[in-house]
Amino acid sequence: MHTNPSDLIVVDQLSKYYRVANKQPGFKGTVKHFFDRKTYDVSAVTDISFKIAPGEIVGFLGANGAGKTTLLKMMCGLIHPSTGLVDVGGYSPQRRQTAFLKEITLVMGQKQQLIWDLPPMDSLYVNAAVYGLSDHEAKVRINELAEMLELGEELTRPVRKLSLGQRMKSEILAALLHKPSVLFLDEPTLGLDVNAQARVRSFLSEYNKRTGATILLTSHYMADITALCPRVICIHKGKLFYDGDLDSLANSLSPSREVKVELKDPCASEQFEKYGEIQDLNDRFVCLLVSRDKLTDVVSNLLTDFNIIDLEISDPPIDQLIGELFIKGEVN
Amino acid sequence: MQRYFKTIRLFWSTAFASQLEYQLNFLIELLAMLGTLLGSIFILSLFFTGGRQLGDWTWESALVIQGVYTFLDGLTNAILRPNLTEIVNYVREGTLDYVLLKPIDSQFWLSVKKFSFAGLPEIILGLSIVFWAAIQSASTFSIYSLFVFIISLLIGFIILYSVWFLIAASSIWFVKTWNATEVLRALLAAGRYPISAYPVILRFIFTLVLPIAFLTTFPAEAILGELKFNILFFGLILSSLFFIFSRLFWKFALKHYTSASS
Repeated sequence: MHTNPSDLIVVDQLSKYYRVANKQPGFKGTVKHFFDRKTYDVSAVTDISFKIAPGEIVGFLGANGAGKTTLLKMMCGLIHPSTGLVDVGGYSPQRRQTAFLKEITLVMGQKQQLIWDLPPMDSLYVNAAVYGLSDHEAKVRINELAEMLELGEELTRPVRKLSLGQRMKSEILAALLHKPSVLFLDEPTLGLDVNAQARVRSFLSEYNKRTGATILLTSHYMADITALCPRVICIHKGKLFYDGDLDSLANSLSPSREVKVELKDPCASEQFEKYGEIQDLNDRFVCLLVSRDKLTDVVSNLLTDFNIIDLEISDPPIDQLIGELFIKGEVN
Repeated sequence: MQRYFKTIRLFWSTAFASQLEYQLNFLIELLAMLGTLLGSIFILSLFFTGGRQLGDWTWESALVIQGVYTFLDGLTNAILRPNLTEIVNYVREGTLDYVLLKPIDSQFWLSVKKFSFAGLPEIILGLSIVFWAAIQSASTFSIYSLFVFIISLLIGFIILYSVWFLIAASSIWFVKTWNATEVLRALLAAGRYPISAYPVILRFIFTLVLPIAFLTTFPAEAILGELKFNILFFGLILSSLFFIFSRLFWKFALKHYTSASS
């Protein structure tokens, strides 16, 4: 395959299998398991290919166990691919060369690297030494990032006494000390309250604009993805099933739009059946699902046939759509 | 290289700060350390009163072995135990991922991240005993024997470290702390007495299979000017092999970790 110099990350036909052995319950099963072990391969990621340009923010979507984390860890070099190719900035991540490691960073929402009993500042200087930054460089960098993250005297308070939001921001500061150009973020807003989430999001967006860093993130919070990622990659059961911008994902998932109508007088439900699928109906409010091509006709008909106070057209919420999609299981 | 020295300095100063963070705990640790120290001194005092010989060793020279043992025990408490028993937690909590993505040798990080200052008094006591007893035994104490002593001490420490690290690294597969610490301390404790105090078969095992002789007996012989050069040479090769093997084993373990973890 030919790599385009404008691509920072190239993932080509990447797969990861784990060899597992099944054990039947009970003593008999244990003995059998010991002498005659039947192993088989479970695939975590199957034949995934995509390319990412420098400076992009890409969100990885998928249910628990879909393979997002495995994919992310293969890109930062923590997991060896079974087959296929990963290239990040010209490096093969699994070799974990020093030059590569200085270009990337990983933040995991559920794991921390700061020393628990000490203020973040101590851990920051340890990290600075590990990355070979001078004390002066480290100081300048810490001040710059602390300002962007709105961290002040929290940095000199023991980590164990910080709130989850403050801790997460400090973790992000520690991860960005060495000016990485590729950021891998695995659930960076996990467990944070809405305000703290929003602050982390606005920081990431600003960091991306200021430094041109490439950001790859997974999140369970749809708000993170909609706010940050123009492009999403959906993983379902280890396979890539959508790669593109968020809006067209919504279109492809749901060819219909929601039409909400507020009526002057109550009407029976039968009267609306010919217009579209009734989602919700009570008294004077009706919510209809109408396919896009019939939308204008339906709306003008509604306006002539009924006495309408208010009318609203919207996309069904994206997280609901994706949620339904993953629950449905099989995707074509 | 300079980066590694600076990193160690920061590792240990943060370790010291962490230990001071809990004042009561630090006091208790100081007390525990005092207890260990008193225990060591008590055992030493038995040597002074007993007057009987261990193997072919006079009590002064046997005292040197005690000193070496105390020194190594202090070093164990200061560096080996705090760091190597922690490896299993890195694996279990998944924070090993952070270590692996640092542009620094992961074995270095895991081996020197912490330093327990509670081990220092034993280190000082051990060395004091060694020198006092060595001068007492009025043997040929010279710069040369001091040099050989330092080399053979290094050999002993590297062997102890490598064996311990091998066992700790296996937690990548087991993800459980099995009490390796106790096994190793028992091993080290066997080095409290001169190797010639043991039956022939054990002597053989302790020299070649479990090289306990290299931990205490040979350094003691070195400072007493009695160590044969070929043993020192053999020790250098053996400790290098142990160390190289620990590195290779770690690489192998990581290969397994990075192809199995998620």
